[in-house]
Amino acid sequence: MTQSFEPAGKLRLRARGFGAASDRSFSALSLGAGCLVLAILALILITTLREAWPALTYSGLTFITSSKWVPLEVNGAGPVYGALAFAYGTAVVSLIALIFAVPVSIGIALFLTELAPKRLRSTVVTIIDLLASVPSVVFGLWGIIVIGPALVKIYNPVHDAVGGVPVIGKLFGEPVSSGRGFMTAGVIVAIMIIPIITSITREVYATVPESEKHAALALGATRWEMIRGAVFPHSFGGMVGAIMLGLGRAMGETIAVALTIGAATQLTPNLFASGNTLASVIALNFGDPGVPPGRSALIACGVLLFAITIVINYGARVVVRRAEIRMRGAAA
Amino acid sequence: MPSTDQRLNVHINAPAERVPSGADASASRKIMDLEDVSVYYGNYEAVRGATIPIRQNQITAMIGPSGCGKSTILRSMNRMNDLIPGARVAGTVTYHGQDIYARDVDPIQVRRNIGMVFQKPNPFPKSIYDNVAYGLRINKVKGNLDDMVEEALTDAALWDEVKNKLKTSGMSLSGGQQQRLCIARTVAVKPDVILMDEPCSALDPIATSKIEDLMYELAKTYTIVIVTHNMQQAARVSNYTAFFTAEVDSNQVRHGRLVEFNATSRLFTNPDDKRTEDYITGRFG
Amino acid sequence: MTSLAEPAAPREAVAPELGRRALSGRRRVTDLVATVLIWIAVVIAVIPIALVMYYVIVKGGRVISWEFLTARIPRQLANPGGGIGPAIVGTVLMTGVASLLSIPLGVLGAIYLNEYGKQGTLARTIRLMADVMTGVPSIVMGLFIYAAVVLSTEQSGLAGALALACLMLPVIIRSSEEMFKLVPDELRQASLALGARKWRTILTVVLPAAISGIASGALLAIARAAGETASIVLVVGLTQRVNWHLSGSNTALPVQIYRNATEPFQAATDRAWGAALTLVVIVMITTLIGRLIASRFATKERE
Repeated sequence: MTQSFEPAGKLRLRARGFGAASDRSFSALSLGAGCLVLAILALILITTLREAWPALTYSGLTFITSSKWVPLEVNGAGPVYGALAFAYGTAVVSLIALIFAVPVSIGIALFLTELAPKRLRSTVVTIIDLLASVPSVVFGLWGIIVIGPALVKIYNPVHDAVGGVPVIGKLFGEPVSSGRGFMTAGVIVAIMIIPIITSITREVYATVPESEKHAALALGATRWEMIRGAVFPHSFGGMVGAIMLGLGRAMGETIAVALTIGAATQLTPNLFASGNTLASVIALNFGDPGVPPGRSALIACGVLLFAITIVINYGARVVVRRAEIRMRGAAA
Repeated sequence: MPSTDQRLNVHINAPAERVPSGADASASRKIMDLEDVSVYYGNYEAVRGATIPIRQNQITAMIGPSGCGKSTILRSMNRMNDLIPGARVAGTVTYHGQDIYARDVDPIQVRRNIGMVFQKPNPFPKSIYDNVAYGLRINKVKGNLDDMVEEALTDAALWDEVKNKLKTSGMSLSGGQQQRLCIARTVAVKPDVILMDEPCSALDPIATSKIEDLMYELAKTYTIVIVTHNMQQAARVSNYTAFFTAEVDSNQVRHGRLVEFNATSRLFTNPDDKRTEDYITGRFG
Repeated sequence: MTSLAEPAAPREAVAPELGRRALSGRRRVTDLVATVLIWIAVVIAVIPIALVMYYVIVKGGRVISWEFLTARIPRQLANPGGGIGPAIVGTVLMTGVASLLSIPLGVLGAIYLNEYGKQGTLARTIRLMADVMTGVPSIVMGLFIYAAVVLSTEQSGLAGALALACLMLPVIIRSSEEMFKLVPDELRQASLALGARKWRTILTVVLPAAISGIASGALLAIARAAGETASIVLVVGLTQRVNWHLSGSNTALPVQIYRNATEPFQAATDRAWGAALTLVVIVMITTLIGRLIASRFATKERE
């Protein structure tokens, strides 16, 4: 072979203007796309706060201390916009949802990581995925037409049985005949947040080192004792995070709640009664918001909801991430 | 000259200096020069003060125990260590007399001229053809793409094995074939120098000997620098060898150091440095 | 204590009890109860999905016809007849435009996080904020688009698409980043060692290697967006006719389900079930394609 090579010319090592610039502009472009997230979050806060401002100044502190929402002028008195009842509704519905969803989700996660035979595991995963992909409005439709009326048949005997008991009886008062109320909305939301809590709890359980589980089993622990002794202590942080994420999702759920909660503005301990949440009141009344600053007041409900969910989501992510880092540290 | 030195128990058949036909002695002039090169990761000095000349159309091997910085030095030769955050090079690395770390030098152009083959075969998840054509396309090399791909695969001694399945994925080949595909991908853009970072460490002995034969062939056209943890391999294929070791300084920090650079035949039979002798006779490392 | 002088009692010749009986009764019962409860949890999750699917398929199946899928929406929802054609068009239009906006931007954002920002402060902040943004309730996103876009323009399909794009963006960023993470570093180095610029390496090596994973994540985000109601209700307005334009009022399948569900008339309820079946089919097909791509991607990775 007599192929001889020209040594590279001196100039060829120099940076060509276009080449270096193309790299810089691409990285700037991607940086811009990344920062879009921060920009949108900031814009959400700014624009909604600006639109909510008239109502917030109109109502002042009564916006969060009053449970009266009267979007019209009565006998010359101006409208009243107090969102306390809606905030209460949000809290009640999401608490009911958590009470139902958390044990079920933990059960499914344990089933998937510790119990299920391989074939059944993928079937259950598919079902949970399916559950996650059903649009919330379809759950709402099912809730308003099928589940609400069906649940009343359970509410009535419960009310008859414990309605007279002091304190607890107050929680189980007279049901609404259509079934639309806090409890029905809570049950529907519970179904909807099962997938998210399950998937994160499951990921957390999966990071428990096999060696620890085997150590427990080798000491003669039953499966349940192994779960209590090795799985739970290891996953506590991650489970808290998963529950908080579920809570955030529950509080923001709108359409399914709007369809099943019955749209009443009241502070009542009766879980079978109708109510409203910060999210559902916006969807239900936005087309007909009442006397100004009615629409602004609805947007203010959104700002309040945004603030609460951001805090909860932020906290949840921090908790999950911290748990993840600890897991990885333990696994390494 | 192949020779066997019983005392060191290392089989040497280091090739004599290769002089390309039709060229005079200047053909084995220095193509690259590392002068007092130190590489830092942040404040940690990974390799201290290495001076190595790289001669054209010769195979230069870098050997030494793990952690001695031989791969680090190799990566400093085509600025691949730019990709490691905090990595910094002191001293000078020149290529045809130009400092490749000079301000106006584009690392892309450096790598275009000084290619690299990696430890683990890393074909792209594309077809065999597209793997080889990749460098040609991004560098907008003019000419008939099919011919250039065939030439590169032939040069890498892979053409006969893959000529009927150029459209299949590069990932479907065996480990040894994948590594030769990576070599074909590198030679396709006709670099000047090829850096090889332990190219056979993931391969079986048969695949390894194929790659070694290939290196021998490639050295007729290219200048090759190879890092290897395998002393026999260095002795078999290289003309020159640089021996590195890891030293612990007074602050109990490990640094890589160049101990000896010499013609391979000499380094393995009659090394200048006692530490080299200890290493190749298996007394440490 | 027995005295040391006494020889230890000879071990009994019988083998120790290894059957389940050896476990104390309480431990055995607890384990059994826990196992049963776990199984019950699975059954509890299966029941609602089975019921919802049953109702949607049975009640919706009765309504669906070519006429129903293409006809205009009746002005009075209480009246029988009419269909959901404009809603299907609106859903396709808005989801499509939202995808065109959010997928390229989301993938670019993921490129920033994984290829440029890595573990830097800004990248970590964006990562955390993208996670937080996935938790922003969709009704709030609707209010945002209402305040930022609709007030200065009009209720329109564009506003709906923007709301959906904002909901999809963080999901796509995070799922794409996970896919970029799976691309081995050796591939990037191989490309750079051939003299490719970083942007070329990303576009010609990293992106193609991750593309099926990204596509799968994007399809799941599209499926979620197609079923999204709360944000759309606030910003798209109302229409009975097909509107292929981004301007002017529009409608979508979820909006029609919601509006019909709130009407107490049988015709409206039927229409809601029909629209629900249509929507579920669209969502399921999109999800299924996404999962198929994901599973093929996963097996390819393992090879």
